[in-house]
Amino acid sequence: MDVPSASACPACLAAPSAERIAVAAAPRDARLFLSLPTAHCAVCISDVERALAAEPGVRTARVNLTLKRVAVEADPEVTAEQLVVVLDRIGYEAHELDPGTLMVTETDRRGRDLLMRIGVSGFAMMNVMLLSVAVWSGAEDATRDLFHWISAAIALPTVVFAGQPFFSSAWTALKAGRLGMDVPISLALILASAISVYETMHSGHHAYFDAAVMLSFFLLVGRYLDYRTRAVARSAAEELAALEVPRAVVLRDGAEVTVPVAEIAVDDLVLVRPGARMPVDGTVTHGTSEVDRSFLTGESLPAWAGIGSVVLAGEVNLTGPLTVQVTAAGRDTSLHRMADLVAMAESARNRYTSLADRAARLYSPGVHILAFGSFLGWMQITGGDVRVALNIAAAVLIITCPCALGLAVPAVVTAASGKLFRKGLLIKDSTALERLAEIDTVVFDKTGTLTMGAPEPVNLADLPDAAVEVAAALAGASSHPLARALAEAARAAGIRPATVTDLREVPGYGIEGQWRGQVVRLGRAIWVGAEAGSITATHLKIGTAAPLSVAFADRLRPGAAEAVAAFQKQGKAVHLISGDVAGAVGDLAGRLGIEHWQAEALPADKVALIAELAAQGRKVLMVGDGLNDTAALAAAHASISPASALDAARAASDIVLLGTDLSPVAEAVRVAVKARRRIKENFAISLLYNVVAVPIAIAGFATPLAAALAMSLSSITVSVNALRLK
Amino acid sequence: MEMLAYLIPISLCLGGLGLAAFFWSLKDRQYDDPKGDAERILSTEWDDQPRP
Repeated sequence: MDVPSASACPACLAAPSAERIAVAAAPRDARLFLSLPTAHCAVCISDVERALAAEPGVRTARVNLTLKRVAVEADPEVTAEQLVVVLDRIGYEAHELDPGTLMVTETDRRGRDLLMRIGVSGFAMMNVMLLSVAVWSGAEDATRDLFHWISAAIALPTVVFAGQPFFSSAWTALKAGRLGMDVPISLALILASAISVYETMHSGHHAYFDAAVMLSFFLLVGRYLDYRTRAVARSAAEELAALEVPRAVVLRDGAEVTVPVAEIAVDDLVLVRPGARMPVDGTVTHGTSEVDRSFLTGESLPAWAGIGSVVLAGEVNLTGPLTVQVTAAGRDTSLHRMADLVAMAESARNRYTSLADRAARLYSPGVHILAFGSFLGWMQITGGDVRVALNIAAAVLIITCPCALGLAVPAVVTAASGKLFRKGLLIKDSTALERLAEIDTVVFDKTGTLTMGAPEPVNLADLPDAAVEVAAALAGASSHPLARALAEAARAAGIRPATVTDLREVPGYGIEGQWRGQVVRLGRAIWVGAEAGSITATHLKIGTAAPLSVAFADRLRPGAAEAVAAFQKQGKAVHLISGDVAGAVGDLAGRLGIEHWQAEALPADKVALIAELAAQGRKVLMVGDGLNDTAALAAAHASISPASALDAARAASDIVLLGTDLSPVAEAVRVAVKARRRIKENFAISLLYNVVAVPIAIAGFATPLAAALAMSLSSITVSVNALRLK
Repeated sequence: MEMLAYLIPISLCLGGLGLAAFFWSLKDRQYDDPKGDAERILSTEWDDQPRP
């Protein structure tokens, strides 16, 4: 060891803990990940990589177009915000991703492991098949034995290596006292290999080495497809979670320090800027503002917050900066407690048995009984010839082995998920498609789901022009969502804002200014002396005149009307349930033609509605985004949430809608119904093939050639059938 | 028939070579970004010399 050591004594070299600590303490190079939602071509790749590499401190930048993500290795002082600005300048939208959340996807070890086994069994399959064809076309005596021996030399290690996923899962199933699909598979692999070795040793005519490796190849392909679908969904879901980088500004001895949310403790003072989400539960100690609670309660009207107000994690601060004294952080926040409720509801759903499981439940005992029966039968007929009886039992096991059955579900699910992913839907759960195909009732949440959660003024045309001009001028000076929406609508209508001077925002109340010598105010009802109504509104007061109200309605999500219409056309019952006030909910239900609606619903009411519908024997699809929907999402038969939903809501749902457009939701149900039909067809194909092939095998007429032909034919048929999915 | 003594080992070796190449490409993470690689081939960057 010539490397100069951090510790002085030579003895310490044996225990280089000081060195290791020094290394850990040294500033580490930054490894940053940015999401690039708009990247799609070769030019994007080189543009982004060149721009980032030109930045001082950046060492390497590599775009992964499949994941729409760029990985950057840079000096420790380079921050993600800096790089986002660089990319923004050249016209690429970029978002920081939390590397901690992403690291899980990086270790795609299982996928590579499966691919390696597929490679090995594919190689073995080709070589053994080459030798087997020679045997089938008439190689005899010493040549045949030689070919069998070479086949054995290739096939046995292959079966041992490639069959491991099946052996280990069969062993787990047996230990738990169950008969899974993998038990007959393992038995077929082992029996086929053992019988073939025995036959080869005694110069027999038939060896099933090719069947054994082919079996493992096809089944591994099915296994890999299954894994791939789930991995893609999981990594995309993780990326959504990683977009929310958990950081907060804490006041320590009067100084503002940015820390990870996990490090916030009770009684810390957290500064929440306008537009930011509350990272913790707490009490306001300084500042006044308005908070948007729609994620938690579904209310579209912002609530006032001042000194002493209680705020909860997940709420959005709208107008003024707030200093919050922490009462609960991290796992103890109400946000997390809600997520725990969901975990409980989820375990109930896990009891759903997929079509594949139901098929396996019938199939496994059947196969064992058939093989054992033919063994006993042939023992009887031949008067105790174990070799013949075992040979036939092995042939039965190989022929019935679920090559087609193993591919029947994964091939269809892969085709359907790929199709829906291109339409902007992410299937998170492996049985989601099957459950989605069964639904007959759809329950929608309002705020953030059917609507964008973004308000839109509805009565500007009814107000006097001068008033609208003043309102537009006042609204232009604020970043409050209602004011912003008002200013934007005025601009779109071609209204020129009046000249208002001395503009001043009163956080939590509104904006005040001077117009033609009069005091003008735009803001909360109490502040301007208006009467507060039940619908979302802002109020304008000009001088001493009676206040005017500008009413707002939530903007419909694009595709919402189409989705509701499509569901109604499919003959499904559509319900609307929201935590918002009756006026807003009833109005929306009327606009979309939804008959059944319920307003001012608490999270528990939503779950109760789902439970009631389920008790009537209905299968409910819940579409929602808020934390108040989370328990309902988990309790429903199937659930969908938009990508803009809170992490907890996304985690509770089976399918995430990646775009803003809601119309693919109805499409998803259509594809799911088709996919289920294809799965059932595939089961029928493999059953038909067994009905034809099994009697031949039991009668003792099956040759290795027939087995190979039947096996590959049925596997290809089900794969092609899966690809027919439109 | 003596040809078999050469041909079978040769065919196995060639197949093994293909398998080894597959292993190498897998270990080298060449399947991590299939879509990006399909696009990168169109870019003229690094056409003259490999990326350092």
